[in-house]
Amino acid sequence: MSVGIVSYGAYIPRYRIKLEEIAKVWGDDPASITGGLMVLEKSVPDIDEDTATIAVEAARYAVSRAGIDASRIGAIYTGSESHPYAVKPTSTIVAEAIDATPALTAADFEFACKAGTAGIQTCMGLVASNIIDLGMAIGSDVAQGAPGDALEYTAAAGGVAYVIGSRDLAAEIEATYSYTTDTPDFWRREGMPYPEHGGRFTGEPGYFKHVVSAARGLMDKLGTKPQDYNYAVFHQPNGKFPRRAAQMLGFSTEQIKPGIVVTLLGNTYSGSCMMGLAATLDIAKPGDRIFVTAFGSGAGSDAFSIRVTDGMEKIRGGAPSVESLLQNPVYVNYAIYAKHKGKIRL
Amino acid sequence: MAVPRFWRRLKNLYNLLGTHCKNCGSYYYPPRNICPACRRGGKVEPYKFKGAGEVLTYTIIHGGPKDNARPTPYVLAIIKLDEGPRLTSQIVANPEDVKIGMRVKSVFRKLGEESKHGIIYYGTKFIPA
Ligand SMILES: [Zn+2]
Repeated sequence: MSVGIVSYGAYIPRYRIKLEEIAKVWGDDPASITGGLMVLEKSVPDIDEDTATIAVEAARYAVSRAGIDASRIGAIYTGSESHPYAVKPTSTIVAEAIDATPALTAADFEFACKAGTAGIQTCMGLVASNIIDLGMAIGSDVAQGAPGDALEYTAAAGGVAYVIGSRDLAAEIEATYSYTTDTPDFWRREGMPYPEHGGRFTGEPGYFKHVVSAARGLMDKLGTKPQDYNYAVFHQPNGKFPRRAAQMLGFSTEQIKPGIVVTLLGNTYSGSCMMGLAATLDIAKPGDRIFVTAFGSGAGSDAFSIRVTDGMEKIRGGAPSVESLLQNPVYVNYAIYAKHKGKIRL
Repeated sequence: MAVPRFWRRLKNLYNLLGTHCKNCGSYYYPPRNICPACRRGGKVEPYKFKGAGEVLTYTIIHGGPKDNARPTPYVLAIIKLDEGPRLTSQIVANPEDVKIGMRVKSVFRKLGEESKHGIIYYGTKFIPA
C-alpha cells in the first residue's frame, strides 16, 4: 500500500520583526547578525495567537485545500515545544475546531523541532496498518528565545499541517528513516519560560551529525543519491545550517532553494522543516522527488523520500501558498514585539 | 466565563455553528431548533457558517479589564454574515483600519484566559478579508 500526503496547509502570523531591530536593542552589529545567521526577519504572533490557534489555522487550510471530510481523520498529532498547556492537549483543540471529533485518537508530541515529523511517521504507520483512514500531523510553535539570547534572533511563529492517507495522494512518501541519540544540545526544564542550549558549538554533535546520518541512512536504504532528487529540504534553525548540510551530502544550491524559508520567516521550530516542504510542494510538479530531513535537539533526525503525484495539481490552489503567506507583512518594533511575545507581563 | 459554561458552548465558539431551514432558506445564528418563519412547517438542519461577512457597525473599546488576549483599545463590531445572520465579535485590526462595509473573515484566536493558571478560552474572531 502506498502512503503519503493527501493534503497540507500552512499558517504564518502577519507580523514580522527585522533582525536589525533586535540587534539595535542589544547593541549587536546588525550586519554581522544577519550575515552570520543568513536570516533577515522573523515572524511574530499576534497577541491572541499561540501554538493552538496557529495549529488550528494550518489544520483548517489542510482540510479545505483538498476538500476533506474531517470526520475521516482518525488521528491528530501536534508536535510543538510551546504547547499552551503543560497538561491538556493541543490536538483536542484542533480536533474540535476542524470538526474531527469524537471518533479519533489524539496526542501531543514533543521532540524539539522534529515533533511534527514524528507525527507524520506515526500517521504513516496507522494508515499503512489500516487502523485509520486519514491522519493529521501538525508542527506548530510560537518559539521563545530569552531576551538578549542568541536564539531570540531566530525564534519565530508558524505552523504546518499534513493529512496522511493511502488514497488520492498528492505526494507519495516512499520511505522514512530516523537517526536518534541522547544528546543534550538544547533543553527547557518544566516551568521555565525560555530554553537553554549548549552554546554555539552544538552544531557538529547535534544538527550536522544527526541530519547527515539520517539522510545517508535513508539514501542507503533506498539506493538513491542526491542527483535522483529534484529538491531537498532540511531543518533550518538559521540560513547557514541547511546550506552546509546540503553541501556535506552533495545536494546543490538549486535543489534546496525553494525549501529555504528561514530567511524571511525565522525558525518556526516544529514548523521549520515542514514549512520548507510545504513551500517546495507549492511549486513541485508531478513526478518530482523531494528529499526531506528534519532535526530535533535532544537529538534526532527524521528523513523522508517523497514523490509528487498527479494529484498535486488538483489541490494546489485550494489553500494559500507559503510564498503568499509571507507576503504583505506588518513590521513591528522591539517594544511591540516584546508585548506580543509576552516578554512584558501585563 | 465559568469553566462549565465555556465547556458547553465550546463547539459554538470554535466554529460558527447555526441552523438552516430547508423550507424557507433562512439561516440562524445562534442556532434555532424551530424556524420562526415556518413554525411547524420548518425543516431545520445544523449549518456551519463559512465565516465571510461585512461590518455593519462597530465601536472602539478603550476601557475594560486587563486581558493579555485582548488589550485595549480593541474593535467590537456587528458583522453580517454572507448567509444573513448578524453577530457581535471582536475584529483583530488597528481601530483606524476598520470601516463600515468592509469585508471580514473568521479566524481562530484566544478569547481570553481565566488567569495565569486557569483555562484558556479559544474561539472565533474576525480579521479584515
Ligand atoms: Zn423556515
